[in-house]
Amino acid sequence: MKTNFKQIKEKIIETILMLSSAATSITVVLIVFFLFVEGAGVFNKKPIDDGFLLAVSAENTVHKLQPSQIKDIYDQKITNWKELGGKDQAIVLFRAGDITDYYTEEELGENFEFFPDKINELVAKTPGIIAFFSDKYKAKDFTGRELDIDKIKVSEFLTGEEWFPTAQPIAQMGVKPLIYGTLWVSFGAILLALPIGLAAAIYLSEIAKKRTRSILKPIIELLAGIPSVVYGFFGLVIIVPLIQSTFNLPVGETGLAGSVVLAIMALPTIITISEDAMRNTPRAMKEASLALGASQWQTIYKVVMPYSASGITAGAILGIGRAIGETMAVLMVTGNAAVIPTTLLEPVRTIPATIAAELGEAPNGGLHYEALFALGCILFIITFGINMLVEVVTNRKSHKKH
Amino acid sequence: MLKIESKNVNFNYGDFQALHDISISMKENTVTALIGPSGCGKSTYLRLLNRMNDLIDNTHMNGTILIDGQDIYDKNTNVDSLRKNVGMVFQKPNPFPKTIFENVAYGLRVNGVTDKKEIEERVITSIEQVALWDEVKDKLKKSAFELSGGQQQRLCIARALAIQPSILLMDEPTSALDPISTSKVEELIYELKNKYTIVIVTHNMQQAGRVSDNTAFFYMGKLIEYDKTKTIFTKPTIKQTEDYITGRFG
Repeated sequence: MKTNFKQIKEKIIETILMLSSAATSITVVLIVFFLFVEGAGVFNKKPIDDGFLLAVSAENTVHKLQPSQIKDIYDQKITNWKELGGKDQAIVLFRAGDITDYYTEEELGENFEFFPDKINELVAKTPGIIAFFSDKYKAKDFTGRELDIDKIKVSEFLTGEEWFPTAQPIAQMGVKPLIYGTLWVSFGAILLALPIGLAAAIYLSEIAKKRTRSILKPIIELLAGIPSVVYGFFGLVIIVPLIQSTFNLPVGETGLAGSVVLAIMALPTIITISEDAMRNTPRAMKEASLALGASQWQTIYKVVMPYSASGITAGAILGIGRAIGETMAVLMVTGNAAVIPTTLLEPVRTIPATIAAELGEAPNGGLHYEALFALGCILFIITFGINMLVEVVTNRKSHKKH
Repeated sequence: MLKIESKNVNFNYGDFQALHDISISMKENTVTALIGPSGCGKSTYLRLLNRMNDLIDNTHMNGTILIDGQDIYDKNTNVDSLRKNVGMVFQKPNPFPKTIFENVAYGLRVNGVTDKKEIEERVITSIEQVALWDEVKDKLKKSAFELSGGQQQRLCIARALAIQPSILLMDEPTSALDPISTSKVEELIYELKNKYTIVIVTHNMQQAGRVSDNTAFFYMGKLIEYDKTKTIFTKPTIKQTEDYITGRFG
């Protein structure tokens, strides 16, 4: 009887433990699923606002335009249909609001009831026109031709060089500048953080006296606990002006500022993990080296560093991982210009900063909203890849040991 | 000729005094065995001879240790060249996670030998010296971890010999080995005696009797008796030594 009760108790505990781990796993899977479902929605949409259309005259021989071409037309970079493979005809831009340039208010009617007819008439009589208007103004007997607009393609999304998700008439969904911005800032951060972090780790594990170490290590670990917005604030107040005056720039909010702030944030990760790895170097190995007449420094770079190489790599990769996903601090100091950077001394915009800055303004379920989720997917894939890399590196280590 | 001379050596780990007033001299090309129960200070003394104890925080040494007449604890002593002259073999085989060849070449490389041919020759000579050549000649490029424990230990001895020290310190070199490997290492010690001054710490009485010329008995951080091995094992003058050797304690 007693054992029975004990067994039931253990069964219950077991079930609770199983349920909590199951709940965690399911949550993770659900988040990823949700992210990808929302993100994939963007590829099922046209980059034009719902309920709007672009129309040309029926005589026009151009049937299809790329989003970037439409943008160039409205930016007046393309001014003749000839450039798009059509007839030699100047392009006449038209938006619904321009109607009063052509017709008086009486002609349009008191409640704009003649609006559709007038647009129809205008499109018919202006062969070079390209008209952007809501389809509620499209007349039943509309004689112009509606332009075919492709759905957003994955390749365009990834390689497009312009990010204007709310542009009218056509949204530009090119994430290349954002991906570049993210990678540049992270790469710069790791370039700064790795040598410093490694040096600090070597000092802490191999050179510092026990006492020094017991003071320094907690301070470094404390760095990891500072909220990122504080780092951003620090960057904005100290690093940004410093960069501006040092490099004599018009603005200090640059990729470099982001890299510096991220480097500081990645340091504790890199230092702690590589220091642990170095301290795991067997004492016998170090003594063997020193007993052969190797200097302390020779022992460090010929024995300790090779032995802890995988730990150092893991630290560096996790540091990058943190840098890539970091939002707030980067948002505050990088200037957030969605331009493909050519140097680190220009403003850049990263993926997480974009999501944080724009999600509040994107209408729920709209094109922009889904595009931001797609950005989240890209970020997820990058960080997932990085975590896989850590897994591979640390596995290689355990193989080597056994 | 005196190779190693210690005068009134005291050594502390923090507050704990591990060695009391040790004075001991060793002649060139002899094998000296340090025996005594665990914690008696014999390994600590051994590690003073190549300044290995410098690596431990919060230790303090006073007294004089002369090697070839030079005070090795002098401020001007170059520790790296001291260790190059005083090789060491540890209790557990501790090859580097490198190839067999690179293990032996390591000491040469860190001491600035760059000539490829010279490195190769000295690596081969050293491996031959420890009678390991026939066993490893076909797998020099393989990891040293693929060798057996006994082979690894002989490789570690070869590694120490490659930089041509004049003294070889051995800290219980066979305690992790099987009897056959042990006898191979002992034979090796016997042969190396012609060229090196050897100091060996051992727990194994028979081993001390077999390989050493002189034996020092340590107890509680003190040098109790130091004499020819034969004398120590047949007619020790101090009762403690006799008790230890006959196995009555320790």
